[in-house]
Amino acid sequence: MSTAVSEPTAKAKAPSEPMFSKKTMKLISDPFNDTNPITVQVLGICSALAITVQVKQAIVMALSVTVVTAASNLVLSLIRNYVPNRIRIIVQLVIVAALVILVDQTLKAFVYDVSKALSVFVGLIITNCIVMGRIEAFALANKPWPSFVDGIGNGLGYGAILVAVAVVRELLGSGKLLGFQIIPDAVYAAGYVNNGLMILPPMALITVGCIIWIQRSRNTKLIEAK
Amino acid sequence: MEYVNTFIKAIFIENMIFAYFLGMCSYLAVSKTVKTAVGLGLAVIFVLGFTVPINYLLENYLMKAGALSWMGPDYAAIDLSFLSFIMFIAVVASFVQLVEMAVEKFAPALYASLGIFLPLIAVNCSILGGALFMQERQFSNVGMATVFAFGSGVGWLLAIVALAAIREKLRYSNVPPALRGLGITFIITGLMGMAFMSFMGISL
Repeated sequence: MSTAVSEPTAKAKAPSEPMFSKKTMKLISDPFNDTNPITVQVLGICSALAITVQVKQAIVMALSVTVVTAASNLVLSLIRNYVPNRIRIIVQLVIVAALVILVDQTLKAFVYDVSKALSVFVGLIITNCIVMGRIEAFALANKPWPSFVDGIGNGLGYGAILVAVAVVRELLGSGKLLGFQIIPDAVYAAGYVNNGLMILPPMALITVGCIIWIQRSRNTKLIEAK
Repeated sequence: MEYVNTFIKAIFIENMIFAYFLGMCSYLAVSKTVKTAVGLGLAVIFVLGFTVPINYLLENYLMKAGALSWMGPDYAAIDLSFLSFIMFIAVVASFVQLVEMAVEKFAPALYASLGIFLPLIAVNCSILGGALFMQERQFSNVGMATVFAFGSGVGWLLAIVALAAIREKLRYSNVPPALRGLGITFIITGLMGMAFMSFMGISL
């Protein structure tokens, strides 16, 4: 788990506030840009890089992480006042592991081929820094509903980067999107060749590096001090 | 010979960082100076080297389909493999806690130098990843699993120390503002990964 660069400062809300207040909506919209889990908070990099060869895997992974983050935030926020501080890490890990087992069994039952392709990375959601990071940084200090929304927002922000990287890699690497051929045969006939390097691991890192570059050029307040 | 092959393969060809991106979070966060990188790398080798064999034994004598047959024929049909995630993470978390207490008691100097890295290792993906790869690859005996674990740890140490050394030098260069910090680190790691790809052709 790495240090979060900037944390949303939302405090527990007054009980009279409506369910979808402005503050709550901000919890969903912020992770897409200002507090993106991957490009700003540097959480959950491992899986973001490994399973972005195809868009389909990326979408399944993004949904799984969103479900686990939201559910674990909700559960831990509910019991946050009853767990002694000293054993909280083990409690968190056990709850997250139980949720991940549920997700894993569901994937095995309904989308077996994707589950095979994701291999160990479903299990690694347990140690995905996003889940632990959001529990530590948000759920332990906030009420259940904002925590749940925060989990959804961060899961989706993570998913957005995942899908963006996967689109670039699948399009340039195999000329397909979601398994359908996008680049027409005529282009191949004219001498175009798929870039095999895009499929290989190092290009995932470079693609994410470029996404960070683009994002920070447009959103200059994220630039790190020298 | 098989052991040496597994060891070399785990370090170079199936490097935790460059081939599978495991333990990326702490890899990026703790690679600012070589000294701390070495400390974390050693801690990872240590924890991996012990938890993977423990998990191997648990997997093979407790959780696999039919693994409980040593308790008698009645238990042969039990398959607890769906519990493996929770078991592995519990072993890792409790082992890290134990190591932390032991190091604090018997080697305070080492404890002070490792500092926050020890508890961080519990959530380092490379540790759980090592256990899950061990499960996926079906090693023939506990010795192979141990060798694989140590090899993976050494590979991780190698990668983080190399990146830390590059980042120390990088401080003197003029990086575009928007790429500073995280962005350039990603791209450097990508380039290092390409260099490591040259090991892929070696068949062991």
